[in-house]
Amino acid sequence: MLRLIAARGGRLLARPPGAALTPVCSRAASHGEGEASTAVDMSRPLYWNRLDTPLPDRPFKDVLNEEDTALKQKEKGPWGQLTKEEKIAIYRLAFQRTYPEMKQSTGEWKTVVGGIFIFMGLTGLVVIWQSYYVYPPQPRTFAEDWQARQLQRMLDMRVNPIEGFSAKWDYEKGQWK
Amino acid sequence: LLIAVFHYYANCQQIMTRTPLASRSFSHGKVETDEEFDARWVTYFSKPDIDAWELKKGMNTLIGYDLVPEAKILDSALRACRRLDDLASAIRILEAVKDKSGPHKDIYPYLIQELGPTLAELGISTPEQLGIDKL
Repeated sequence: MLRLIAARGGRLLARPPGAALTPVCSRAASHGEGEASTAVDMSRPLYWNRLDTPLPDRPFKDVLNEEDTALKQKEKGPWGQLTKEEKIAIYRLAFQRTYPEMKQSTGEWKTVVGGIFIFMGLTGLVVIWQSYYVYPPQPRTFAEDWQARQLQRMLDMRVNPIEGFSAKWDYEKGQWK
Repeated sequence: LLIAVFHYYANCQQIMTRTPLASRSFSHGKVETDEEFDARWVTYFSKPDIDAWELKKGMNTLIGYDLVPEAKILDSALRACRRLDDLASAIRILEAVKDKSGPHKDIYPYLIQELGPTLAELGISTPEQLGIDKL
């Protein structure tokens, strides 16, 4: 059960860089696409391409035409008599992707990073718009002259005169120490 | 099951040099030696009337372990493929084993060398010979 969920979710193994764990759970596999385009019947044995689980429950192509059936018959005999092409064909009947094909990098990261930047950009636009149209006027206490008078008042009050604020002001010279 | 998992984990350093596993008892049970582990798996695949499901289950489980199977286990598995008239799985097993070796690039050629006679006898081509080891 866990296996099936894992196969669906395509987890694993700390992706050794490039390890493609995309599960291929499609019943109608004979048309050779293998990407799940229709709802998968999970009550029947599944096919998958997984590095960590090399032998799936069923061969990739289980609906065989005449040529394939003849090939499977030949497979029952000595394998030394099969040509290289026949062996590759037999492999491809059973498996959709070879290990190197499974481990191919997909370039998906570019989509992800690109998407991140796009959404960050859109967010930036939203922030700019809202600072013009949404924020209320700034409080008057933010104004330059108000801030200056506030600072002067703090010094006059001797705020933190020992170690903090006013301690840093040189009262004789009228400037910061 | 947890104890079994610990046993496997404790046993999981399958090294070519066959140094005995440093004793790290994760449980109070007996720890299986490398030889026992190998023997068990060779026996599993040697079953004369092994069926396709058992082959798949065995291989998938074996590949799930944190080790590269010894040549004799693979030999037994390949012969099981022959009994099941399943050449594709035989080739797949070789691919899987190469992948399991990870960064240790010397393991796979060693195994192919060890399995040479068996591969020749059964007529199994390696992925390299078929050209499917490249994209």
